[in-house]
This record gives sequence, structure tokens and C-alpha cells, in this order.
Amino acid sequence: MKFYRSHIILGMDTPSLLAGAKGVRDTLEKQLKEKNIVNEIRIVETGSLGYNGVSMIIYPEGIIYTGIKPEDIKELVEEHLIKGRPVKRLMAIESSQKDICAGKQEKLLDGQVRIVLKNAGSIDPENIIEYIAKDGYMALGKVLNENTPKEVIDIVKNSELKGRGGAAFPTGKKWEFTYNTESSQKYVICNADEGEPGTFKDRLIMEGDPHAVIEAMAICAYAIGANKGYIYVRGEYKLSIDRIKKAIKDAEEHNFLGENIFDSDFSFNIEVCLGGGAYVCGEETALIESIEGKRGEPRLKPPYPPVCGLFGKPTIVNNVETLANIPQIILNGSDWFKKLGVKGSAGTKVFTILGDINEKGLIEVPMGISLKEVFENIAKGTRSGKKVKFAHIGGSSGNIVPFNNFDIKLDLNTLASSDLTHGSGVILFVSEDIHINDYLKSVAKFFKHESCGKCTPCREGTFRIYQFMEKLNKKEGKKSDISKMKDLCKVMKNASFCGLGQAAVNPFLDAMTHFEKEMMEGVKEGKK
Amino acid sequence: MACECGNCIDYSVLDRIVEESRGKEGILINVLHSVQEHYGALTPDIQKRISDGLNIPLSQVYGTVTFYHFFTMVPKGKYVIKICTGTACYVRGANKLVENFVDKLGIEVGQTTNDGLFSLETVRCVGACSLAPVVTINDVDIYKRVSPKEIDGIIAGYRQKEAE
Repeated sequence: MKFYRSHIILGMDTPSLLAGAKGVRDTLEKQLKEKNIVNEIRIVETGSLGYNGVSMIIYPEGIIYTGIKPEDIKELVEEHLIKGRPVKRLMAIESSQKDICAGKQEKLLDGQVRIVLKNAGSIDPENIIEYIAKDGYMALGKVLNENTPKEVIDIVKNSELKGRGGAAFPTGKKWEFTYNTESSQKYVICNADEGEPGTFKDRLIMEGDPHAVIEAMAICAYAIGANKGYIYVRGEYKLSIDRIKKAIKDAEEHNFLGENIFDSDFSFNIEVCLGGGAYVCGEETALIESIEGKRGEPRLKPPYPPVCGLFGKPTIVNNVETLANIPQIILNGSDWFKKLGVKGSAGTKVFTILGDINEKGLIEVPMGISLKEVFENIAKGTRSGKKVKFAHIGGSSGNIVPFNNFDIKLDLNTLASSDLTHGSGVILFVSEDIHINDYLKSVAKFFKHESCGKCTPCREGTFRIYQFMEKLNKKEGKKSDISKMKDLCKVMKNASFCGLGQAAVNPFLDAMTHFEKEMMEGVKEGKK
Repeated sequence: MACECGNCIDYSVLDRIVEESRGKEGILINVLHSVQEHYGALTPDIQKRISDGLNIPLSQVYGTVTFYHFFTMVPKGKYVIKICTGTACYVRGANKLVENFVDKLGIEVGQTTNDGLFSLETVRCVGACSLAPVVTINDVDIYKRVSPKEIDGIIAGYRQKEAE
């Protein structure tokens, strides 16, 4: 094996490419050649590093540079790589917080803790050896040699891990249900159909650390007694699809997938399924229909997938982020996991923070951090300098939280007791110059388009809400429109067939509670 | 073997894809992905052939094709322009971009220009919200923070590439 004195980990995901990552890489390669240090320094391309602009981490120092332009490269190479003097002006903000993951020296944005994103950005995602070197597949080996399936389920149950896809169902319980259902054939599905506008946490995990997902699926399969798994990836995520496919192939070659894994009786295979660009397919039963090759329309529940899922067999559907927690829980124990976060809401949560803020990107924070802390300490306030008006948390179907409620803590219990959701983990900050009606119109348009059409409340309701919002946005609304919309929202919440219609009304109900006056500005004078 | 008249479509690739997938459970969507990638569109004839080959009712094939945005029944232009209209792009003026592209190309969203060069589409989030509004062309060329003023230049660039 070749020895390199430094590794440069370069984020090459879509936003980085947009910000000019290709130019940076080319210049870097040229510079290394010019200085004749190509054999000493290795460039590793990875997914997003979770920072804004073109970013890289240089190891062994673990120094993060962000917002790099091709013209900065010369200085970086001469100063850092040749003379060993880090270039201060390009370095990411230093953190005072001690990182709890041992062995990590890199400095994260303030207040973060990384479990799920532990490896993203510190290993070459296309090289299985690097994953193995970071204790990869150790958890799988451990459970296969030391634990019975029941014990694995107990570990996950004790960890109090809850689903990270939005519904926050206890993962261990879900596994137990499937374990208890007798069947000769069971399935594990990884839900990677990340369709919520503004969310890209699952993409980052798949691009930066695909083996963690595969290992977790294998552990899950062993626990519930499945031997076949599917990863359902959004068709648009080209890089994720390639990475996952390569990772599966490599894992098969190393016998982490396939027959008699680790010389045990356990066999497991994974297939990749491509999504067709339908938002509703993030709903687990719609996703199952889609894997079966049908229109992605949701099924009536119960029976739930743990009893009757894919091809009528017991099936686990877990989100990418949920799964990525599993190997760490197995290795470090459930008590370690419970210590992170707050009571009833263990572990960390990955959020995508966006909108009018200074530090955009992906963060992983312990459960229980408040929205205000995220906004002030991590996002560093609004970029435009304007006052922030509200945050839209959890994606389009999430909740609108006005600025004066920013004290709310972002853990599952607090959110649930206030009737809120962290949904897919996106937090979009909107400043005061955006009119609420304009904003809601774009949200309404999305749902009108994405409703699958199976049930009437959602199909017609999303369409009518869009009509109301269009009228209000043109200032041609009637006073009665808002009360009618309120009634409509309640009907949809109660009568829609699946989560899409039930949750689609959340932002509108919130807006009518907190911004009714502003919405009224869309009423044409004299119209009742 | 392909017919040599030049008008017939060579179905050998389709047949091979179907052959490899026959009998596997839930294979339809993956087949549709592969076939569309090769033929550019899932025309009624193609759907009929898939239906026969996989022994799946044509109604189910058609229902699936029309359900997902990703599948198309009419061939798309050489350059597929996708404008992101996700929330973040919307608040930063994606709608203005759509209007301008419609105006400049003389086609509506979902249509293809007569010369077969451009198709215009809107997509939900491409996951690059910090660079909104975003326009992608054939998913390869990506334009960030696009302003309506840049549109002429973008289109002209591809026209010129073709002329050469």
C-alpha cells in the first residue's frame, strides 16, 4: 500500500460542484504536480462535508477549509502542504466544544456532536478498507458472533432510538414486531427517497458513508430474520446511487453481504431500487407498492408493514439516518447512546439548515438543543441582516414557528407535546421581507402537485388550498376564505388516507394561528 | 435483428432488458428506468412490448409510467432544462426564471422545442438550496443563483454548441 503524508478530503457533491469544486480540484492537481508532491499527497473526493461553499479537510491535522476558490489553492499548497502552516483566513470557525467522538480532531461548527456523520468527510466513501479501519463492520461481526437476534433487538430497544424519518416511532419496537411475526421470508427496506424540499441529510450519509447504511441493514436483517434487503433511493440522487451500488459490490466481495456472512448461518443480500420522483413514495406503504413495481399509492393501515409489507411479507422500513445510528449503538452500547440527548429523546439529530442565514449546511446536534441556539450559535443569524420572521421546520409538511417561539427545544418529546414535528430535519429560516402569502403559495403548489390522487380530501384539498393562496397572494381574497381554509385543513387532517394529506395542512394551520393578520392583507377591500 | 428501413425501432436492447428481468418480483420500475434511459421515452409501443414481455397487464404498465414524474411518453429534447421550484428556489425567484424560459423558448413547461433541442421542466428540490435559484441541464451542467438576465446566454451557448 502506498503511503501518503497528507490526505485532502474534498467535498464534491452537487452544491459544492455548483460552488466551483471542479475548478478547485483541477487547480489543486495542477499545483501538486508543479510542486512535485503528487506522490506525497492524496486527494479523496467525497460527498458534502456539511459546510457552505467548496470545502476540504486536510489530514492528519484535521483542519477544515471552507469557501475555497481556485485562486486560494496556490497559497494553501505552499503554506499548508509544503511549509506546514495552516492558512488561517480560510479555516472554518473553531469550536470550543469538545468533540465526544474520540480520535476526532477536526473542528466542527459550534455545538455539534457527530455519530451519524462520524465518517462522512473523514474517509474515502468508495474505499471499503477505510470504512473497516474506522471499526466498520465490527458491529455486524459482533452481533453475529456474540448476540442472539433477540439480544440485538433489546440493545436497540434500550437505546430508545426513534425513527428519524418524521414519525419518530421507536425503532426497537418496530424490529420486535417484525421479529415476532412468523414468516419464512422477511424484508428490510432502507427508505432513501428523500423528497422533502430542502432536505439532503440522507444524501450526505449515503454519499459520505454508504457502508454504515449497509452494515446497519445487515444487523437489522439478522435481528428480525430477513435475508433480503432493498434500498429505495430517489432517482435524482445519481451520486448516491452509484456510491451505494459500489459499496454493495465491495461488501459482497468481502463477504459482509452474501452467503454465510462471517462464517455464520446468516445470509443477506441487498438490491437498489430507484424512485421515480414521487413525494408520496416516502410514505412506507407507498414505497412498498413502488418496489413491487406499481403506482406508489399508500395502502390502508393496519396491517402495518412489520406484519404484512413487501409482497405480503413482514417488512421493516427504516430511514437512512435511523439506520446509520445502529452500528454505533451496537459498538458503544445503549447507555452511551441514551446519555446523548435528553430523556425520551436519545441520541443526536441531523438537521439541514437553510434560508436567510450566514452558515448554511448540515449539522448534527444532540437532541434538546433549542431553535434559538441553532439560529444564533450555529446559523449565526440572518445573512441579509434583516429580522428573522419564522422558521419552517421539518420540511414542507412541517411547522411554521414564529420568531417569538424560538425558545422551543428541538427534541421529540417537546415537539410532540407542542404538536410539532421535526419531520425530515430541515430548518428553513425566512426573514421578514418575504410575505407569508407568497411563501404559503409555493408550499401549496408543491402539495397540489405531489398529492397522489388516491383519496378525495387530499387530492381536492391540496388543490383548493392552492386556489385560496393564489387568490390571497394576488390580494383578491375574501374575508371568509381564511375561515373556510381553516375548516378545510381540519377535514384534511382528519380524513386524509395517509400522512401526506394529514401533514400537508400543518404550515397553513400554523400560519393562520401566528400570521392571520398578515394573511388578511390578501383580502380585497370590501369582500366578505 | 434491427430492420434496415430506418423507420423501425430496434427493440433488441428492450428485449434483452426484459429477458434479464423476467420472473423477478417487482421488477417493473427498474425495467422502465433502463428502457427509458436507452430509448429516451416510453412510447405506447414500447409499453406494449414491456407488458407482453414481463406478462404484466398494460394497464399496470401505463398506470405506473404516468404516476412517476421521472417517466415520459414523448421523447425529450437533446438538452433538458430543469428549473428547481423547491421552496428555497421559489423564494429567490424561480418563478421569474420559468416565465423567462417559457418566453425565450416559445414552449410551455413539459414541452419540447420543434427542433428537438430543448425540453423545459420544473423539478422539486435538487438539494442545493444554498445556491438558489438553480437550473440544471441534462443533470450535468448546473447553474447557480441564476438571474433572468443570464438566460439568453445559457440558451445561446447550447445553440452554438450544436451549430459547431
